[in-house]
Amino acid sequence: MTLNVTTLRNDFPILNREVHPGVPLVYLDSTATTQKPRSVLEAMEAFYRTNNANINRGVHTLAEESTAKYEQARDAVAKFINAPHPGQVIFTRNATESINLVAYTWARHNLKAGDLLILTEMEHHSNLVPWHILAAERSLELEFIPVTPEGLLDLEAYRLLLAGDPKLVAFTGMSNVLGTINPVAQMVSLAHAAGALTLLDGAQSVPHLPVDVQALDVDFLAFSAHKMLGPTGIGALYGRIDLLESMPPFLGGGDMIKTVHLRNFTPNSVPHKFEAGTPAIAEAVGFGAAVDYLSGIGMEAVAAHEREMVTYALERLEEIPGVKVLGPSAENKGGVAAFTLEGVHPHDIAQILDRTGIAIRAGHHCAQPLHEKFGITASARASFYVYSLKEEVDKLVAGIYDVKKIFE
Amino acid sequence: MDDLYRELIIDHYKNPQYRGHLDPNDIHFEDDNPLCGDHIEITLRVDGDGKVYDGRFDGKGCAISQASADLLVESIIGKPVEDVKKLSKQDVLDLLGIELGPVRLKCALLSLKVLKAGVYGLGESSDDLVE
Repeated sequence: MTLNVTTLRNDFPILNREVHPGVPLVYLDSTATTQKPRSVLEAMEAFYRTNNANINRGVHTLAEESTAKYEQARDAVAKFINAPHPGQVIFTRNATESINLVAYTWARHNLKAGDLLILTEMEHHSNLVPWHILAAERSLELEFIPVTPEGLLDLEAYRLLLAGDPKLVAFTGMSNVLGTINPVAQMVSLAHAAGALTLLDGAQSVPHLPVDVQALDVDFLAFSAHKMLGPTGIGALYGRIDLLESMPPFLGGGDMIKTVHLRNFTPNSVPHKFEAGTPAIAEAVGFGAAVDYLSGIGMEAVAAHEREMVTYALERLEEIPGVKVLGPSAENKGGVAAFTLEGVHPHDIAQILDRTGIAIRAGHHCAQPLHEKFGITASARASFYVYSLKEEVDKLVAGIYDVKKIFE
Repeated sequence: MDDLYRELIIDHYKNPQYRGHLDPNDIHFEDDNPLCGDHIEITLRVDGDGKVYDGRFDGKGCAISQASADLLVESIIGKPVEDVKKLSKQDVLDLLGIELGPVRLKCALLSLKVLKAGVYGLGESSDDLVE
């Protein structure tokens, strides 16, 4: 099944805007955040217009409706990743908070000095810094699966690291810079064979590839709504039910408790135990609408479209003298093309492209260690999603030639 | 928008007059822009009257950050250190002759931040220095 992108683009009102007078938007920054379809915007507005109330406690009609909508969204998200039970999906603020939740509860509760955690060299800061903080607090050991010069994880090195008796392997399903799609099922099975649990950072993979937590057998999965057509301010953590039940609560407050006395409390059951305070209710509704939209297209079709986009983008970019694309060839890559242009800083590339309405990202994309590994401080990154067109790649290429002209 | 990459800036980026490192020096400071990894180092020599008589910058980054460093160092040579302390955001923007949005402003002001942390002899730089 192929996407009819031209028709689908009508669902995204922002794609009609002009960035400067007469200059339409060419949005190539979906890895940072995606644009939102009308169905998501309307679901959130409809919630505020007709249902809005706080959830779980109220008994009036609006509170019942709001609670039902919030839980329907949880069901939709759970179904989207094939979680065995909706209660295994905890709503958080974003993938970052989901990873922090695991670090602050499961890891803090179960790990002791000298325990080993395995991460990779291609992690986003969100899957590095929570572990840095915990490692310093608990004297944990951190090891990193190296990235090969081609931008793939070195699985031989991973096997060697697994001999060190790790407690957790936390890694990304897809690099936000290299676009590398990692062999998740294989890595999980190797980790389990070594007695380690796994946390998959799905911030990039869940929006772009079919992700089935049961097929992959991951223990934890973290992802964000805003990178998959949903609103900012909401994300999810999936966890294996026995792990979630044995974990201490994360933040303390309302909703996460069963009973509270002046000097103590008993925690609520999963997932509420991890959802302290009034959550982002309208955002959850938007998240539900976003996964409905993606399910309507089909994630196989999403992945196929991005494969086509990135194959074309690599072909066109690599023909430009001075351009070097980071990461593996198209067959191992999601819809991300990060590149450098000889003699021009990525910020300047992005700024000049903006004149022609082209939005790309420039910087280290929250993956500074990875850029260090490749001996660069920053890169320019074009990224694609369901609404991306090949014509937009052509505009990008023309824009890069303009940049070269200015700097030559 | 085109103003951003007018000749002056491209010229100072490609052919900086004050790129280098002074050793020995009287004032030395360096810092990064965490947003993009831009790096600027500034070294100055100050005479007995408290005037800057030589200066250099080094580092890597975008055209805006590197050109503004070159223009800034050029502008302070011969000036009393006390005057350098009073330099503001607007002085740098006047040197560049362009308007900038909040993100690129950080690129343009990195050199001023480094310079002022250096002349004030501070342990670390701060955004307050360039307000």
